[in-house]
Amino acid sequence: MSTSPKITVATTWLDGCSGCHMSFLDMDERLIELVQQVDIVYSPLVDTKTLPDHVDVGILEGSISSEDDLEKAHAFRKHCKILVSLGDCAVNGNVPAMRNHFKLADVVDHAYRDTVTVQPQIPTRGVPALLSVVKPIHGVVGVDVFVPGCPPSADAIWYVLSELIAGRTPDPSTVTRFGA
Amino acid sequence: MPPPAKQPNVRVVTLTIDGRDLSARADETIIEVCRENQIPIPSLCYLEGLSVWGACRLCLVELAGQGRLLAACSTRVTEGMQIQTNTEKLQRYRRTIVELLFAERNHVCSVCVSNGHCELQHMAQKCGVDHVRVPYRQASYPVDSSHEMFRLDHDRCILCTRCVRVCDEIEGAHTWDVMGRGSDCRVITDMAQPWGESDTCTSCGKCVQVCPTGALVKQGTSVGEMVKDQHFLPILARRRLAQ
Repeated sequence: MSTSPKITVATTWLDGCSGCHMSFLDMDERLIELVQQVDIVYSPLVDTKTLPDHVDVGILEGSISSEDDLEKAHAFRKHCKILVSLGDCAVNGNVPAMRNHFKLADVVDHAYRDTVTVQPQIPTRGVPALLSVVKPIHGVVGVDVFVPGCPPSADAIWYVLSELIAGRTPDPSTVTRFGA
Repeated sequence: MPPPAKQPNVRVVTLTIDGRDLSARADETIIEVCRENQIPIPSLCYLEGLSVWGACRLCLVELAGQGRLLAACSTRVTEGMQIQTNTEKLQRYRRTIVELLFAERNHVCSVCVSNGHCELQHMAQKCGVDHVRVPYRQASYPVDSSHEMFRLDHDRCILCTRCVRVCDEIEGAHTWDVMGRGSDCRVITDMAQPWGESDTCTSCGKCVQVCPTGALVKQGTSVGEMVKDQHFLPILARRRLAQ
């Protein structure tokens, strides 16, 4: 068992498919080794409801697509020492950003009116307002480590976390790429 | 125009590339000498067997005594040249060039039929592009699916014009051409008609095979399925020259 102090990690997903978090879980038995070195203090994978004030590593999956995404990205940047942009949606907008070709009103109409047969209506309560342009994370806040891939493999995530735990700056280009 | 035939009696020059003393024929270009000597030079528009276009600028090299960078594909070797192919400055420029290609159109690798077999994607990884530092243009480009066998996706086109050159110089059909300027520049078939209505296209598929990205692909391919084969090109190019 490691005797060095654990680092704290927070993760969340914005406009993405959660595939990057699934890839995170794909580390399988290495997760046991990981929890000896890492405390997951906030994540869809754990039950904590609020982001702590000081986190060592923040990991963001998905792109900035709504007011809620924007708020979370700013909160992560504010409270995390190192911010990791995980996956193609976070790094380059990927599939969510394909709606940038169209006017937002047309996109919303298509999703909630044109293709709906029963009670077509645009939701206004309980859902965050969409932004007109989808942006990658670094389009709104500074990012320290970029991990492209759709999703990045468990090996790539393991490599990045291992390097960060060891206090080094990872070079994910050697283990992943756009669309990997 | 196809590359000029090599002259039988041509001078030999000596030069250094990355500190290596080399000799080469005076009618060779820097990129040819580098490829012969296993010195890696990145390129996207250059393809052995086709004429030189000099558009992508990824093959830029540094020449001692020259302030500006030179494209290795369009610069002939001369006596005493001292060339550097992989300096920090060149790496920085190449990375920026690749990022600009990604920012200009919409290369969404994860849903591309050429994912995993794309020269632009490989180039990005090789140049250390893990994100694009300039804002994406987010412009819309059409897809032409009118051809019964092939498809053209302008979003994934990097304007290398390999399709234009192979169609003109090897197939001899000249179906492809280039229209517009700057970011409005597009490859077109015939007089900018739908590809499927082209009178000149022979459906040979050479353009599809030489295309470095998922811009020209076979109909019916799914994500990651489009694998291209360019082995035919140097063979056909040699036969063309021999005619």
